[in-house]
Amino acid sequence: MSVLVYIESEEGKFKKASYEVASYAKGIADKMGTSVTAIVFDAGEVSELGNYGVDKVLNVRNNKLKNFNAEAYSDAVKQAAEKEESKVVVLSQSANSKYLAPLLAVQLEAGYASNVVALPESTDPFTVKRTAFTNKAFNFTKITTDVKVIGLSKNAYGLKEAQADAAEEEFSPNLSEEDFSVNVESVDKATDKVTIADAEVVVSGGRGLKGPENWGMIEEMAEILGAATACSKPVSDMGWRPHSEHVGQTGKPVASNLYIAVGISGAIQHLAGINAAKTKVVINNDPEAPFFKAADYGVVGDAFEIVPKLNEKLKEFKEKNA
Amino acid sequence: MKILVCISHVPDTTSKINFTDGDTKFDTNGVQFVINPNDEFGLTRAMWFKEKQGASVDVINVGGAETEPTLRKALAIGADTAIRINTPANDGYQVAKELSKVVQDGGYDLVIAGRESIDYNGGMVPGMLAQLIKANFINNCISLEIDGEKAKAIREIDGGKETLTASLPLVIGGQKGLVEESDLRIPNMRGIMQARKKPLNVMEPADTSVKTEAVKFEKPAPKGDVKLIDPENLDELIDLLHNEAKAI
Repeated sequence: MSVLVYIESEEGKFKKASYEVASYAKGIADKMGTSVTAIVFDAGEVSELGNYGVDKVLNVRNNKLKNFNAEAYSDAVKQAAEKEESKVVVLSQSANSKYLAPLLAVQLEAGYASNVVALPESTDPFTVKRTAFTNKAFNFTKITTDVKVIGLSKNAYGLKEAQADAAEEEFSPNLSEEDFSVNVESVDKATDKVTIADAEVVVSGGRGLKGPENWGMIEEMAEILGAATACSKPVSDMGWRPHSEHVGQTGKPVASNLYIAVGISGAIQHLAGINAAKTKVVINNDPEAPFFKAADYGVVGDAFEIVPKLNEKLKEFKEKNA
Repeated sequence: MKILVCISHVPDTTSKINFTDGDTKFDTNGVQFVINPNDEFGLTRAMWFKEKQGASVDVINVGGAETEPTLRKALAIGADTAIRINTPANDGYQVAKELSKVVQDGGYDLVIAGRESIDYNGGMVPGMLAQLIKANFINNCISLEIDGEKAKAIREIDGGKETLTASLPLVIGGQKGLVEESDLRIPNMRGIMQARKKPLNVMEPADTSVKTEAVKFEKPAPKGDVKLIDPENLDELIDLLHNEAKAI
């Protein structure tokens, strides 16, 4: 009956988002009067999960599963859910979890709610609040199946400490050849940079920066804040920055704690992609730029004067608060 | 190669989002509907296959008669045939189930859908469809090449990309990158005229059971006004970010 939570790791280590889904699973388990079981793949030290309420950890050690494979992972999570007789399976909304969740839902004959932002309003009927219309509204979804799959939005629930055992158990799912019919040929991942998906802070530049040669100050700010860099759509369309940095409706979504937009006017497609960020700052010389309506803090003025000054002050602040 | 492109009929990004009937229904009053942007990239890639490699391209939507102008637009862009399953799209599973029947009966080799629709943002139909028909599935796809029975795709992952291979039949959850924005086509007059004569087949649903129900909607609390900071006083910004927003 345990709530099952699929926890991602990278090189055997957990990320903050891992503890957030664990915390959320614990919240549901408390509501339902049951325990939390996590399934992890080739994770190293799992005891930390106990600090977020995980009672039991199924650690899958299988050389074929060292790298993510949606079909095979889905099959493994399904078997774990069956073993634990789980009625609720929780995942994050990372690219990999979003890939896996619909496959899993069909395998478990479960209803799936994605982009969930809070604990269920009630567990019978099982109703959850999720975002819809690209964060312009919330939607309360009732899941009517016996087993439920929940995708938790990043930064929506936060970390909640709760002591539990995180008792580790090896788990060997039965996998078939069909589980590996999509082959990963190569992975191209920058390991030295903070990713937009993981970042607490995202610093983003727009057309107002006038050219790719002016990104030095954006990168500097990102460096000071330990942030990821991002850009608006026109900037990636013009080839000033790589497409992988494009955030917005058709680009990557941003759900960081802080989003700093420099020289971005705030087209509605851009705002749709970033309005899940908790705090938004805009620096723009046009006081009429629509971004000022969406932002929490704004500075009207020339980015080429403001950003270098702000960088100096941020550096001082970071040194003082290190 | 037989390609099916799934087309969601969604409110244009600039639409005002409001609800009626005690916040249980989306208010379509005055709303302009368009092809879901993620689907449009896929449709354009399908046209490329048709023109360069030889393929038939059908488009499909699960929805009421009001979605037909959106399907006609896809025909005007160049799809050969449109199919509409005549039932409201209430749930991702229900839509995937309806699509699975058409894909199996029609013997499609490649199904391209968007990674998510911009209205409900469920992100579940392509994956569920693939699982229901036991086809291979690649999500967040930003590049797709087909050579005979083999597909080579690039998928966006958090912090990078991954190159994958799989054999057909294949379902794609597509997005920008399948083609570039500048490759998207605006229907021309000839296309629009031809689209009027192309077949738009209406089929009745096989099974309308759902696994989830949208019970009500809510709009976010109105946001407070922006706090403007004097560019000469950036210390105030740092102070607010640290003490008020607790963001640094």
